[in-house]
Amino acid sequence: MTEAKIQVKDLHLHFGDKHVLKGINLDIPKNSIVALIGPSGCGKSTLLRSMNRMHDMSPNVKIEGDILLDGESIYGKEADVVNVRRKVGMVFQRPNPFPKSIFNNVAYGLQINGMMKNGQVKNAVTEALKDCYLWDELGDNLNRSALDMSGGQQQRLCIARTIAIRPDVILMDEPCSALDPISTAKIEELILKLKEKYTIIIVTHNMQQAMRVSDYTGFMYLGELVEFDKTEKVFKTPERDLTKRYVDGVFG
Amino acid sequence: MVCTLIVLAFIFLVLFDIAWKGYGVLSWEFLFSIPRKGMTEGGIYPALAGTVLVTMITALFSIPVGVFTAIYLNEYATDNFLTKALRASIRNLAGVPSIIYGLFGVALFVEGAGLGSSVISSGLTLGLMTLPYIITSTEEALRSVPHSYREGALALGATKWEAIQTTVLPSAVPGITTGAILGLSRAAGETAPILFTGVTFYLRFPPDSLNTEFMALPYHLYILSTQHHAIEQVQPLAYGTALVLILLVVILNVIAFFIRYRFNKLKNSRS
Repeated sequence: MTEAKIQVKDLHLHFGDKHVLKGINLDIPKNSIVALIGPSGCGKSTLLRSMNRMHDMSPNVKIEGDILLDGESIYGKEADVVNVRRKVGMVFQRPNPFPKSIFNNVAYGLQINGMMKNGQVKNAVTEALKDCYLWDELGDNLNRSALDMSGGQQQRLCIARTIAIRPDVILMDEPCSALDPISTAKIEELILKLKEKYTIIIVTHNMQQAMRVSDYTGFMYLGELVEFDKTEKVFKTPERDLTKRYVDGVFG
Repeated sequence: MVCTLIVLAFIFLVLFDIAWKGYGVLSWEFLFSIPRKGMTEGGIYPALAGTVLVTMITALFSIPVGVFTAIYLNEYATDNFLTKALRASIRNLAGVPSIIYGLFGVALFVEGAGLGSSVISSGLTLGLMTLPYIITSTEEALRSVPHSYREGALALGATKWEAIQTTVLPSAVPGITTGAILGLSRAAGETAPILFTGVTFYLRFPPDSLNTEFMALPYHLYILSTQHHAIEQVQPLAYGTALVLILLVVILNVIAFFIRYRFNKLKNSRS
């Protein structure tokens, strides 16, 4: 394995009385795509959302253990949550563009973080849209409302919005579950391309998708990380019997 | 169904009666001239100007305070006993009789703060009365903004306040505006809260500062229809005043309706 971008250290997460994550240890290698799989309610989305502190808003979540980004704690006293989220972007299950124009959606992160002057913003938006194969589809009409786009385009817009601020890591929470097969294929192609520049962690219910896009796969069950290895190994010769039964579709 | 028809019939009867009898005196001159000859002739300009000015004070006070209170309650406050108690009290405040607000206004603004019987005292008293309405409707508007907007903004490195300012508030503005207009239209027609805090029965001029007493349409109507020495003679003027007051409230309500209608149409066409 190459150097770890994100290290999860003995992470426990309680949601009220419920023990949702039970001591997760995980090293995410830099510039790789990691898929998290497992049956519903196993805690994979919860784990993903703890990597950019999205649980901060929920009042009754208790987190123990730590997550390191480039060796530095994101939950420590020194950590700045805004800074963490700038470096660790997130794409959600349902496309959630803002009710603004296409341009303003992509420019949002740049403007809110005061990252560049107006002239540069335009270039950055153009580049992000090109990276997500949206530029040619949309032509030059970026003043249309983002809500008028198709679902697949909206999701790619959300990815463009995320990469516009140049994060190190992109978290994707079942990004294709609300999309049709053609839109899904486009997103997968995009994910593979983005690997060159970013570390990507994707939660998915779709095992074919995990096989197609990921370098590493983690299988989670009832709040524990059962197995984590190269994707090929997890799917073809898993160490644990539980993993084998899940990837073979015996339960799920 | 029958009950609805009965209610509608009464509403139309009242509106029709007022419109019929008030229409005759309605003119630009009626709107923009002062009452003359012991209020038996002339117009309602001081009362119209007074009502508009007081309603503006009410808006300037109750909208910012109400909106920020709602933002605090909906976005920041944790859902504990204190917040629940606060919400319940706010809801109850909406049901307090308006005369209580009037007396409270005397104690707090006229006497307490030494503002005297004035436009500002009345405006603030009406503002207090409108607050619960604005808080409740703003909270409703904020609640209807999808949670995913907030998450999307936060995930891009926005602070909580930035997320509220840039994504939540803009989406809630139509709902907030509608609620505010409806609340203000109610305030504009109230008599009791201004009765002891600043309104007076006769002035020859519209208010020229915030510290003077003023005339207002609802109170003017009350005087003309019950307190005047020549009630028969001023009846047409009273109907005219009633019509103007109703039109003012109806216009505000229609504006609110159109804002909501446009907003809903936009929302539906995009989802």
